[in-house]
Amino acid sequence: MLSLPVQTIADGRRRRARRRNLVIVLAAAILAAIFAVTLMLGQSFTPPKDVVRVLLGEDVPGASFTVGQLRLPRAVLSVFAGLSFGLGGAAFQIMLRNPLASPDIIGISSGASAAAVFAIVILSLDGPLVSVFAVVAGLGVAMLIYGLSFRNGVAGTRLILVGIGVSAMMESFIAYTLSRAPAWDLQEAMRWLTGSVNGVQLAQSAPLLLALVVLGGLLLSRARDLEALRLGDDTAAALGTDVARTRLLVIVAAVGMIAVATAVTGPISFVAFLSGPIAARIVGTNGSLLIPSALVGAALVLGGDYCGQFLLQSRYPVGVVTGALGAPYLIYLIVRVNRTGGSL
Amino acid sequence: MTTESVISLGRASFSERSNRVRTLWLGAVIAILALFCALSVAIGTREVGWLDVIAALGGHVDSIDQAAVAARIPRTMLALLAGAALGLAGAIMQGVTRNPLADPGILGVNMGASLAVVVGVSWFHIASAQAYIWTAVLGAAASAVFVYTIGSLGRGGATPLKLALAGTATSVAFSSLVIAVVLSRNDIAGGIRSWQVGGVGGATFDRMSHVLPFLAAGFFVSLASARKLNSLALGDDMAAGLGERVALARAVAAFGAILLCGATTAICGPIAFVGLIVPHLCRLLVGVDHRWLLPFSTLAGACLLLAADVVGRIVARPSELEVGIVTAFVGAPFFIWIVRRQRVREL
Repeated sequence: MLSLPVQTIADGRRRRARRRNLVIVLAAAILAAIFAVTLMLGQSFTPPKDVVRVLLGEDVPGASFTVGQLRLPRAVLSVFAGLSFGLGGAAFQIMLRNPLASPDIIGISSGASAAAVFAIVILSLDGPLVSVFAVVAGLGVAMLIYGLSFRNGVAGTRLILVGIGVSAMMESFIAYTLSRAPAWDLQEAMRWLTGSVNGVQLAQSAPLLLALVVLGGLLLSRARDLEALRLGDDTAAALGTDVARTRLLVIVAAVGMIAVATAVTGPISFVAFLSGPIAARIVGTNGSLLIPSALVGAALVLGGDYCGQFLLQSRYPVGVVTGALGAPYLIYLIVRVNRTGGSL
Repeated sequence: MTTESVISLGRASFSERSNRVRTLWLGAVIAILALFCALSVAIGTREVGWLDVIAALGGHVDSIDQAAVAARIPRTMLALLAGAALGLAGAIMQGVTRNPLADPGILGVNMGASLAVVVGVSWFHIASAQAYIWTAVLGAAASAVFVYTIGSLGRGGATPLKLALAGTATSVAFSSLVIAVVLSRNDIAGGIRSWQVGGVGGATFDRMSHVLPFLAAGFFVSLASARKLNSLALGDDMAAGLGERVALARAVAAFGAILLCGATTAICGPIAFVGLIVPHLCRLLVGVDHRWLLPFSTLAGACLLLAADVVGRIVARPSELEVGIVTAFVGAPFFIWIVRRQRVREL
């Protein structure tokens, strides 16, 4: 027989867990619904029956091309990229206890972009090689930031500031490379730099899926340690978490995922940054935010791409839509974080 | 001899000596500046003989070599002015915010100017050089106030971390807005892209003449606020106790700095990190007295930008690196060095 307070706590915990699971299922359902809509509705409408038949591999006149070649790769890539950005971004924000410390602000994304731009423009590579390049460079830059901020251990604050400095260098490298790219259409370059799923092919999703399974799995298996880190380094250490090792693992896994996604779609602005705080709003602060953030990220990219294609006057790449959404929210968040000193 | 007189004697000789050291440094900086000016005229993508350089300085443009040198003269002038403005603006901003990481680039001032210009060009069809500059200065002022306000909310006021994050976040946000505006406009994309990199190439005396009044006003206001910045450095309470109107002094000095970097950004595009590095180096040379620091930062800023421009012309022959890229590559490691040296507060 449990005593009364313990009973109350256990009840509350169970209730919150149930609510959390419900929200996650709901979010997944919404994501699936958006996915279905983007497959059915484009310049023309394809009935659900035909979409299913195309997905099953049948040859449907008219629908096979629009759904199978145009809409499906786009939707799948959007979901995978969104999952990667959302998961990686949230992992960083939780680890550094600051929603502003997302990879797009502290230079990780710009490291991967710089490498991808270099590979595409200077070395004229394409396909998986660009991904490899972006991942290696993304990890290299992350390790550089980690190493440079190491001084009697890594303080989160120093990591963020060093990241800002490194990011400035990467940005100027990108600007230099792009200004030297004669064959590259400027519009195209800028479109890539904001992030776009224009003209992607289904084959490109393979490295993304692999990264999601391996690195995403690694991150999720560390969810408990990440939660402990949220309480502060000292508390986490007292709770039995190996702080330094967890940090390193999280950095490697999150950076790897983000770099792979960046190499395919470009750094879709603000998805890594927005997913975590939005997820925190939806599920509250109980339990790990990793899975909800990933779902939110996927919904953002998928929905943003759809808006950019069909709901606005001219066609915009997804990055412009998420960027325009993210900018005011980012500023609101800074105001709120600064005022309360709170975290995610 | 009484203790007091020993102290006063010591103080006198100390300040005398350090003034002598400062004057020596001043001479050195001016000599370096003259050297860099000469190099900037003499060295370029095209190698030109000394005789042609001298002939071009005398006003002859008879050969391609001499014409190339003649084109370098306004460029050198612009680098000189822009560097001086950015160095001084950086010193003022660090003094006003009492923050070692303050810099027009880091505080998002440059991006604010960029956004204002881009919006002005594509939506309001501004075309005249005058309108460009006004828009850039307004954008710079708006974003400086904005970043400083959100960076100073909450506990502890404007700490280096909060300011840097607020500035970076605002820059990221503005740059995505810039892209959103530019993407739908094929006609202006190329021009804006090259402007955004930041460079002093293609300078003409005519274009420079438009910003001169702004720069002159900025230099005057900024240099005149040295004594006030010295009081502010003691802390707000102490400064108020010394009879300083703290808010007014801050606002005036900041206005000067914003004029300087807004006008510079309008003509050169965003050039980052000059305003960060220069005051730190100058503090090592002449100490924290703003009456010395401000003029020194002005001169040293001009030296740095000239040197960066010359380096940019040499390393990428036969083309050249924009000066904004060179300063970012030199400046970012320096920024990291300052961050590592600082004792940062854990969040």
